[in-house]
Amino acid sequence: MQSFDGRAKADAAPRAHHLTLSINNPTVRAILWQVGLGLLVALAGWYLASNTMANLARLSIASGFGFLDREAGVQIGESLIATGPRDSYGNIFVVGLLNTLKVSGVGIVLATLLGILLGIARLSRNWLVARFAAFYVETIRNIPLLLQLFIWYALLTEGLPGPRQALEPLPGIFLSNRGLKLPAPADDPVWAWVAVLFALGVLVTLALSAWNRKRQLATGQRLPMAPIGAALILLPPLLAILLAGGGALDVPVLQGFNFKGGMTLSPEFAALLFGLTLYTAAFIGEIVRSGILAVPKGQTEAATALGLSRGTAMRLVILPQALRVIIPPTTSQFLNLTKNSSLAVAIGYPDFVAVANTAINQTGQAVEGVLSIMIVYLVISLALSGFMNWYNRRVALVER
Amino acid sequence: MTEIVNKAASLPPHRPRLGLWAWARANLFSSWYNTALTLAFAYIAWLVIPGLVKWGFINASLSGDAAACRAAGGACWSFIAEKWRFILFGTFPDDQQWRPTLAMLATIATLVISADRRTWGRPLLFIWGGGLGFAALMMFGGVLGMDFVPTGLWGGLPLTLALSVVGLGASFPLGVLLALGRTSDLPVMRGLSVVYIELVRGVPLISILFMASVMLPLFLPQDVPIDKLLRALIGITLFSAAYVAEVVRGGLQAIPRGQVEASKALGLGYWQRQRLIILPQALALVIPPLVNSFIAIFKDTSLVIIIGLLDLLSTAKSALTDPAWRGFYKEAYLFVGVIYFLFCYALSRYSRHLETVLGQGRKR
Repeated sequence: MQSFDGRAKADAAPRAHHLTLSINNPTVRAILWQVGLGLLVALAGWYLASNTMANLARLSIASGFGFLDREAGVQIGESLIATGPRDSYGNIFVVGLLNTLKVSGVGIVLATLLGILLGIARLSRNWLVARFAAFYVETIRNIPLLLQLFIWYALLTEGLPGPRQALEPLPGIFLSNRGLKLPAPADDPVWAWVAVLFALGVLVTLALSAWNRKRQLATGQRLPMAPIGAALILLPPLLAILLAGGGALDVPVLQGFNFKGGMTLSPEFAALLFGLTLYTAAFIGEIVRSGILAVPKGQTEAATALGLSRGTAMRLVILPQALRVIIPPTTSQFLNLTKNSSLAVAIGYPDFVAVANTAINQTGQAVEGVLSIMIVYLVISLALSGFMNWYNRRVALVER
Repeated sequence: MTEIVNKAASLPPHRPRLGLWAWARANLFSSWYNTALTLAFAYIAWLVIPGLVKWGFINASLSGDAAACRAAGGACWSFIAEKWRFILFGTFPDDQQWRPTLAMLATIATLVISADRRTWGRPLLFIWGGGLGFAALMMFGGVLGMDFVPTGLWGGLPLTLALSVVGLGASFPLGVLLALGRTSDLPVMRGLSVVYIELVRGVPLISILFMASVMLPLFLPQDVPIDKLLRALIGITLFSAAYVAEVVRGGLQAIPRGQVEASKALGLGYWQRQRLIILPQALALVIPPLVNSFIAIFKDTSLVIIIGLLDLLSTAKSALTDPAWRGFYKEAYLFVGVIYFLFCYALSRYSRHLETVLGQGRKR
């Protein structure tokens, strides 16, 4: 009985201590610290805001996002949607945003492919391949991306001949200082056939691989699905295009001083895409390499003992496990690539930052311009990392 | 008997030395696709390397003007010979360029000395104070009979070094505070730190530099003039503090909870606990990733070209605009590329070396 009393007293004592309003009470101190910091931040914010208001009034700059409806009077060099000099700032912001998404989207896909290749190449048993990959990674990672972008841009503009002496690495593809000209699909009925044949090829391949899997389980024998599937999916459409002859493709032709027809990759876009892809691929390559090395050696040995070849073991045993280590850091590389695409402003590709910069220079509304840049990138970052987190959960090890 | 067995067990396995032919069989021609790869790479090398050697050495011109260079057809190293002072020092007065040279040597010496683990601790503060103080004295001048050189005339490598070293130095304390805030138990501290860190890490450096260059003058009262270099420094500091904070947080989270509890039991207050127990251990853990952050800051300083500062990359770019020397961009970019590479490569090798040396105590 007495022991109970003693314990009750000991319990009550600290509770009573909590209630004293003394500066020595940790709870009181914590609240004071937090209120103090909150006040300090609010005060600093108020000071900066009031200064900004005063300065804006003195320079007679309007504030608010009303300028988005005004006519911008600039012609954006390249765009995914129709645009003209009579567009409003709001419209050209959309054009810039689409350009940012275009270069980052293509860049992420290419950098991932090249990065995986580099990571595997660095672990290759072929000495020459491993050395070359290591040299590439070390060089690219230790030179600023902006310098690499300048080099690419200079090579693609000053380094290449004019349209009349354009290089033609493959028939129909022209490389000149006006950019890369590629054949584009023309307005021709054959493309409907191509789509149908492609879809058919995919369906047949899916059915065949299901049958193949069943047969393998039953008899242990299997067909090499990768080449058969590739042939089924790609050959019929290619044949259709070939049979249609010249009508299917809109091939660029030299006319006067420039090319006509076909598809164009501007030197600005190409330089930005090359730079971002090659730079980010070096980082992804390192991530892939460390991810593969993180898979215990016993897994490789067990796969070999089961009779899997090196390539099959890599595809079925090593990579799925390495993926769990690889995905989180790769996500931040994707985010880096997207953020780095803002360097476009230095080589004249009209991405969102370049467009917003133009708007800031023309209207003087720096606060709104910088704010919209930040909001756009924050939204892209959140969306991308949300998607990658979802994918990461999907491939994560399922444990009890 | 057991001694002999133990000794044998501790010896490395026997590895026969391979002859050249056996080495090539094992490493270049082990299977048919390895042979194909080797041949393909050898073919590419055979296509590329002779052309590079011809361009860089055989047909290169070491002296003469642009016309002589174009006639020779190779690399125009005389362009670098003509412009290297401008590329390295920017618009710093010609007869005073020994000063930025000394300032750079002092900065590099500071970095090299602080790479030695014996100096870590209190001496490091004096080394950095002395080295960077001397560098600043040399750059600004104005005393001891040296002319005052305003920051508007600074440029080239000294500017790049100043931006990155001062940027790292200033962002380090801010980053540590943010990391402590993010791991704190107080919701207001934690909330503010998380918002700041995630906000800054979610936007590109350019937007922060834009903010520093166009919005900072708006933020301050009209009569406070703010130097362009200082604006860039503030931008770089605010940006890298968020990244440093995440690195430091990694270290803080790696410290076992028992350390905090033990120091609480000893009666230490929050700041005593952090200063004497937690931070010394956490910071020692994160030195290699901090060196990597420094590499990132060093490369990122090249972005100040966009807000009109004359750093190493911008001097190379403006050297190219000289009408007498048009079109020698390969030489100029190669020159500054090699300088950037040497700094970053040395730092990354150092970081890897530290990782193995510091990791040794923790390996079992």
